[in-house]
Amino acid sequence: MGASTLQVGARVRLAAEDFQQLLEVLSGRGYQLVGPSLEDGQLVYGELARVADLPVGWTTIQEAGTFRLQPREDKALFGYGLGQQSWKQFLWPPHHPLWQIQREAGGWRIIPQAEAVPPYAFIGVRACELAAMAVQDRVFLQGNFVDPTYRARREQAFIVAVNCGPRQPGTCFCVSMGTGPRAATGFDLVLTEVVQGEAHWFLVEVGTARGAKIMGQAPHRAAQPVEIDAADRLTAAAAANMGRVLDTAGIKEMFYDNYEHPRWDEVAARCLTCGNCAMVCPTCFCHTTEDAADLSGVAGERRRRQDVCFTVDFSYLHGGSIRTSPRSRYRQWLTHKLATWIDQFGCSGCVGCGRCITWCPVGIDITEEARAIRETAATPGKE
Amino acid sequence: MTSNLPDPMIPTPFVVHRVKRETSDTYTLDLKGPEAAANFAFAPGQFNMLYAFGAGEAPISISGDPARPETLVHTVRDVGNVTRAICRLKKGERLGVRGPFGAPWPVAQLAGQDVLIIAGGLGLAPLRPALYHLLNHREEYGNVEVIYGARTPKDLLYPKELERWRGRFDLRVHITVDASEGDWRGSVGVVTKIIARARFDPPSTAALVCGPGVMMRFTVQELMSRGLKPEQIYVSMERNMKCGVGLCGHCQWGPFFVCKDGPVFRYDRVRDWFERREV
Amino acid sequence: MDTMEPILAAHPFFKDLAPRYLKLVCECASREQFAPGQMLCRDEEEARKFYVIYHGQVAVEIYRARRGPVTIQTLGDGEALGWLWWQQPYHWHLDARALQLTRVISLDVQCLLTKCDQDHDFGYELMKRYAHHLAVQFRVTKLQLADMYG
Repeated sequence: MGASTLQVGARVRLAAEDFQQLLEVLSGRGYQLVGPSLEDGQLVYGELARVADLPVGWTTIQEAGTFRLQPREDKALFGYGLGQQSWKQFLWPPHHPLWQIQREAGGWRIIPQAEAVPPYAFIGVRACELAAMAVQDRVFLQGNFVDPTYRARREQAFIVAVNCGPRQPGTCFCVSMGTGPRAATGFDLVLTEVVQGEAHWFLVEVGTARGAKIMGQAPHRAAQPVEIDAADRLTAAAAANMGRVLDTAGIKEMFYDNYEHPRWDEVAARCLTCGNCAMVCPTCFCHTTEDAADLSGVAGERRRRQDVCFTVDFSYLHGGSIRTSPRSRYRQWLTHKLATWIDQFGCSGCVGCGRCITWCPVGIDITEEARAIRETAATPGKE
Repeated sequence: MTSNLPDPMIPTPFVVHRVKRETSDTYTLDLKGPEAAANFAFAPGQFNMLYAFGAGEAPISISGDPARPETLVHTVRDVGNVTRAICRLKKGERLGVRGPFGAPWPVAQLAGQDVLIIAGGLGLAPLRPALYHLLNHREEYGNVEVIYGARTPKDLLYPKELERWRGRFDLRVHITVDASEGDWRGSVGVVTKIIARARFDPPSTAALVCGPGVMMRFTVQELMSRGLKPEQIYVSMERNMKCGVGLCGHCQWGPFFVCKDGPVFRYDRVRDWFERREV
Repeated sequence: MDTMEPILAAHPFFKDLAPRYLKLVCECASREQFAPGQMLCRDEEEARKFYVIYHGQVAVEIYRARRGPVTIQTLGDGEALGWLWWQQPYHWHLDARALQLTRVISLDVQCLLTKCDQDHDFGYELMKRYAHHLAVQFRVTKLQLADMYG
């Protein structure tokens, strides 16, 4: 089964032992492979060389404020959930130099940051993460101003998505947000991993012409209906096994009508305003710039870095900050995510990945907060 | 309006042509652009991100005449590291400019109406280009009234120009201060009180309001009690800003990005958010 | 007195007051004129008058030793200066100085209060207007306290 011509939409079977070859086709095409691996007991996204770098045979146990890695009984490559990192760190680097500045006769001159952006191939992107990219596309690519850093990375990136299979229910709720567990769009290739006894293979669906070319060079054969059916059942089982639910009906109006709801005080009493939720969120895009000059005052630079709306400084205006209370800052984050985002970008800012729940050190659960407000809303949200 | 400058994220060096001290902590800078940006077109109410070498950037509204784009004018109050560095610039030194950004005062749409320009404190700076426009096209507008309040007479911006405007027959200027000592012969009292002196025909009037939040809230209430509808009132908002192009998230105000949806908003569109605290 | 009635009727404080009540007010009214610099009242003096200003400008001042007077408010056409008091005579605690030629109708407070006692309907009408006047004054003062340009 050498090179063959595949069409967009084609479904093929890739044996688990051939997965390495898919990676090699990608790196042979010049892609820099990025994917999940275990590092110091953490599930992280980083450079990937071979299949063995993946968290083979591991799964994740997630609850509010809890994250555990646990061995699986099988050797699944993608049997884990999400870690704290997301692909945004590659598409939109959290620390990024923008330009240098140099004094010269009669003033100064700015030297824009020159950079070579590697073409990334992301291996193991979940449906919710694809949705998060689509959300960030609206922010960085579809407004009046296009962010060149994001665009350079995003346009080149090759995406190998993975549909989620059944796991122990955790903190995620993609079904509520309509973003998963099956990847519907936004990928070059999407895998469904099937482990049945000794059988271990992938159903691969081709999403783009680019994906078809790559897959055509990896060993595969056409998938049989029974195989497609087996893969679909796994995704359906994942959908039926969500750990969290978020009712999104009329959610914007619900939050707009409840800015003074007592629940904000209640959650603020628990919130540490640490900003973990915003840092792990795959859609949060807020950032700040930092200007510096060297001691001689001859050269300087501007850097951009990820910022979170939980700091008092975030809303600082001469004389003081707008959002001084923890209540107002938590409210800003949550209402931005679930309500104002809809007015700003025409979609929710939440994709239901559950990271903010898992990585909150005090276990604040976005679905629980939304439910608490809905259940005792001053004015019920309208459909 | 799109940026005049090549890359909206990279400051273009402008040369300080003149620095004029307005009050104890406020300065007006006249800037000249490089050849490529010699004519800096902007609309009244828009702002630029001004960059002082090594210190950083601050959003500052443009306070010059839109009909004279060869000189870029900014009035800056020294309230922090960046604005202090800007205020200390001398003639011949360079200042980085990104912009112009933001939604302007809709002056062209207001033709045929009476226009109230209501400013508090430094709020006269972003309104001055609007007033220049009205005066440049004076015959297109009805009655034009300037209502300006400041803390003390020493805090009034552009005092000589205020005198010149006061001397015009086609413009009425009402000035008040919160407290005065010495030889101030003008009005003392809050700015909302002198709105009563303005002459305007409520159904065909627009009010352009810029000042501190408290001042704007009470001004809007006063205007509405005098028969203006929310859609006849425009306010200019201020927020922390880092990028100026709606990406950094700092200037969020409920569903709005003040940098790109504002800073000028029609009041009826932001009314729900205007009264909310810590948003 | 005939010439005072239309002036009072046109003044915001007495706007839409019934003509019969306006007559009662006129019975306590007299015209006064102040030259620039002339005082309408002084701190510590007994307050006998309520000034209805219809022309000119008046500075309300607090005098501070060493630093002199500070103007806290100016009043002009359509505004009023003074207090209506009951029982106890009231003393001014501010100075008021005409900044330009200022014409007022000054109302004798004791006379007004006597009429209020005699005709409670009139008294209620006057007190409603006075309460509104005070509310506006308080609101303005509170705004000043906010130091909104800070």
